[in-house]
Amino acid sequence: MATDQARIRVVTGYRPDVLTVLGFCFVALLVIWLGVNFVMNPADFYNLFLIGLTNGAVYGLVALGYSLVYGILELINFAHGDVFMLGGMLVATMTSAWFATATGAGLWAGILLMLVITMAFCAALNTTIELVAYRRLRNAPRLAPLITAIGISFILQNIGLKWKGARPTSVPDILPDGTVFTIAGVPYTWNKFIVILFTIPVLLLLMWLVQKTKQGKAMRATAQDRDAAAMMGISVNRTISFTFFIAGGLAGAAGLLYALYFTNVRFDEGFRVGLIAFTAAVLGGIGNLPGAVLGGLVIALIESFNNGLEWMTPGPDWSQSIIFAILILILVFRPEGLLGERTPEGA
Amino acid sequence: MIDRVRAWVKARPDYERELRRRAKRGLIAGGIIVGLILLTDGLSLALLILPLAILALYVPAWNYVRYGKWVLVPGTLLLAVLYPFYLENLFEMPIFGAFPSVDTGVTMLIFIMMALGLNIVVGYAGLLDLGYVAFYAMGAYTAAWFASQHFHGQDIHLGAVGVNPDADGIHISIWVVLGIAAIFTAIVGVIIGFPTLRLRGDYLAIVTLGFGEIMPQIARNGDQLFGHNITNGPQGINPIDPPGFGNTLDSAVGLPSDYLTFSVTMFGRTVSSVELFYWTALLLVLFTVFCSVRLRDSRLGRAWIAIREDETAAAAMGVPLMRTKTWAYAAGAFFGGIAGAYYASFKSGTFPDDFFFNISIFILCMVILGGMGNIWGVILGGGFLAYLNQEGLGNIGGWLNEHFSTDNAQWFTLFSGPIDVPLYQFGIFGAILVAVMLFRPEGLIPSSRRAAELHEDPGAADQPLYDVTHE
Repeated sequence: MATDQARIRVVTGYRPDVLTVLGFCFVALLVIWLGVNFVMNPADFYNLFLIGLTNGAVYGLVALGYSLVYGILELINFAHGDVFMLGGMLVATMTSAWFATATGAGLWAGILLMLVITMAFCAALNTTIELVAYRRLRNAPRLAPLITAIGISFILQNIGLKWKGARPTSVPDILPDGTVFTIAGVPYTWNKFIVILFTIPVLLLLMWLVQKTKQGKAMRATAQDRDAAAMMGISVNRTISFTFFIAGGLAGAAGLLYALYFTNVRFDEGFRVGLIAFTAAVLGGIGNLPGAVLGGLVIALIESFNNGLEWMTPGPDWSQSIIFAILILILVFRPEGLLGERTPEGA
Repeated sequence: MIDRVRAWVKARPDYERELRRRAKRGLIAGGIIVGLILLTDGLSLALLILPLAILALYVPAWNYVRYGKWVLVPGTLLLAVLYPFYLENLFEMPIFGAFPSVDTGVTMLIFIMMALGLNIVVGYAGLLDLGYVAFYAMGAYTAAWFASQHFHGQDIHLGAVGVNPDADGIHISIWVVLGIAAIFTAIVGVIIGFPTLRLRGDYLAIVTLGFGEIMPQIARNGDQLFGHNITNGPQGINPIDPPGFGNTLDSAVGLPSDYLTFSVTMFGRTVSSVELFYWTALLLVLFTVFCSVRLRDSRLGRAWIAIREDETAAAAMGVPLMRTKTWAYAAGAFFGGIAGAYYASFKSGTFPDDFFFNISIFILCMVILGGMGNIWGVILGGGFLAYLNQEGLGNIGGWLNEHFSTDNAQWFTLFSGPIDVPLYQFGIFGAILVAVMLFRPEGLIPSSRRAAELHEDPGAADQPLYDVTHE
């Protein structure tokens, strides 16, 4: 009698784990949601897409600052969003004082001048914060600089509150709003285009700086191993200061774009945008520069679609919750982000 | 004779030095206080009782002798219990103005309780929680659900006081609700903690921050959550039933039947309902302190401290990381829940705007200012900051405006127009955070262990081979 040997089943090939399957399901649902909404109302969809793209550029610029600082110090610089907000307030002051009625070439010169001033202001502010608050804590337990950053953030918010008061400060609307091109009847206006026009060169310049220059090499070396970098003759303090300087400059540029595009600034806006931008940086893979911009775009698109679409949409009341839910999910399930690399520490 | 007393109290060897130090400080402080009283009111014995009592507790360095804590703790407690009775006889402080009212005292005690709860998470286990307000909100809403008219159509009554027996909604005695809130928030703490506690310190902080931001938004938008009204949206839920023991216990043991309608004449003065709230809050704080101390000294507490000091080493020694951390979260949430529920009952309402992120930082600030991990420090920090928030900043602002504003500068002009100090409360708390972190990271009253950790010399393994700190 031939006994039926239990047949051994050999499983070959790719076996996705539960998490991956869930992830794909989630993305599929997202695509279905977007698809249905697109078919239902294409014009709205395009409009929201363009708004999201623009906001995403601003978020991306702020997120770059978080990413740079985190990359080198492993510190979540809570104060970054508030530096950005103070930059916006400076722009509000300058615009209403000097350029409220400027047009043509004068306008462009004015914007460039304000850009330089705001970037310098925010860079100086950020470097000062590092010098005063974070440098002493460089060898303290990790939570000490984090708590300090929260404290600095509150201080800066209150400086903004004292400066401009609790109500939103309106900024004169000086950006031109002519149409660049039109998709499906939805015009893409210059004020949106300008934001993108600023962001892309900044990102390219930053990547060149970090990857090709000597200073960038020093930054990467310091990020990897501070002591070893110091032994190689890199001035660690100066490199970190430089990083904060660059991050501050980015916050300044973002503040300018934000103030001119949204035409109002409020003292607590920095904290809100800062958290969103930090989420973006985490989503893209913190420490990864293109990732930060990509994360900013994704977050802003989700936010914008959620605020505007109609079919099965939670609506603007929930956008903050959705963004933080994304943050939590990413941190729990894929802490290295979309473009980041998994590190031995797991996060 | 002295030698025999000495042998009996078993004073620590450095007792005399400490005594001399404290006597010197006490003399200076006492001199200042007497001077101030002389300046403002004129000296009288009644005004001196509180300063004398505090000096009597401080100067003899009770914690340096055997049985000393049996003087220190009951003495402090007695001062706290009797506070409503001698409050009216107290002097005006310079700059800070009058001593906090009993009403403020209740808020202070509730915040002390929350700070103690957060202290378990941050101070003992070393997990930075930036969303503690979520537990506070959870406790408050639990109280609102189980002790108000919010759920129409339900008709559940269980020992509630101050409501009609046939009133609409769920009405359960507040004492039971406190328990429900505590257990419910502890479970939520575990649920939140379970997936997130694997994360490293600062990522954990961010995730908790995320929860702390989501929670008030749910509270605000919860009036139509999938078609149900859970939180009544921005209007919040009120009124919430007051605490009380009901008529049976009132007539049998004399416990107050209903806090809100309570009024009894004792020692020639009327004891009002606020004072009842105050003493009950004091009891809750005592309970929290007791649990904190016992937890700290337990096996679990030692595991928390081990994790805080070195996670890898603790894991290598067999401490189960996840379970221990989750317990810390649950314990912290437990007290946050009780405090939230009691506060909701005290204010007789709960509103989503009470649960902003700022409150999390406010409570964190209490823990850090007082001294992470030290119960007395946290009590001091919590009481002081809650007082500043409730009354102190307003009083300071009034004093500043009185003396330095252009309108009526008494001494010299520092700024123009009245300045609204309470508006900048969070800037002030932020400055406190930064200052403490930079100059005294162990807090006002440090726990010796924590201080050693924060000022730790790098061990031999961490010692850089070359001095690389300078330029």
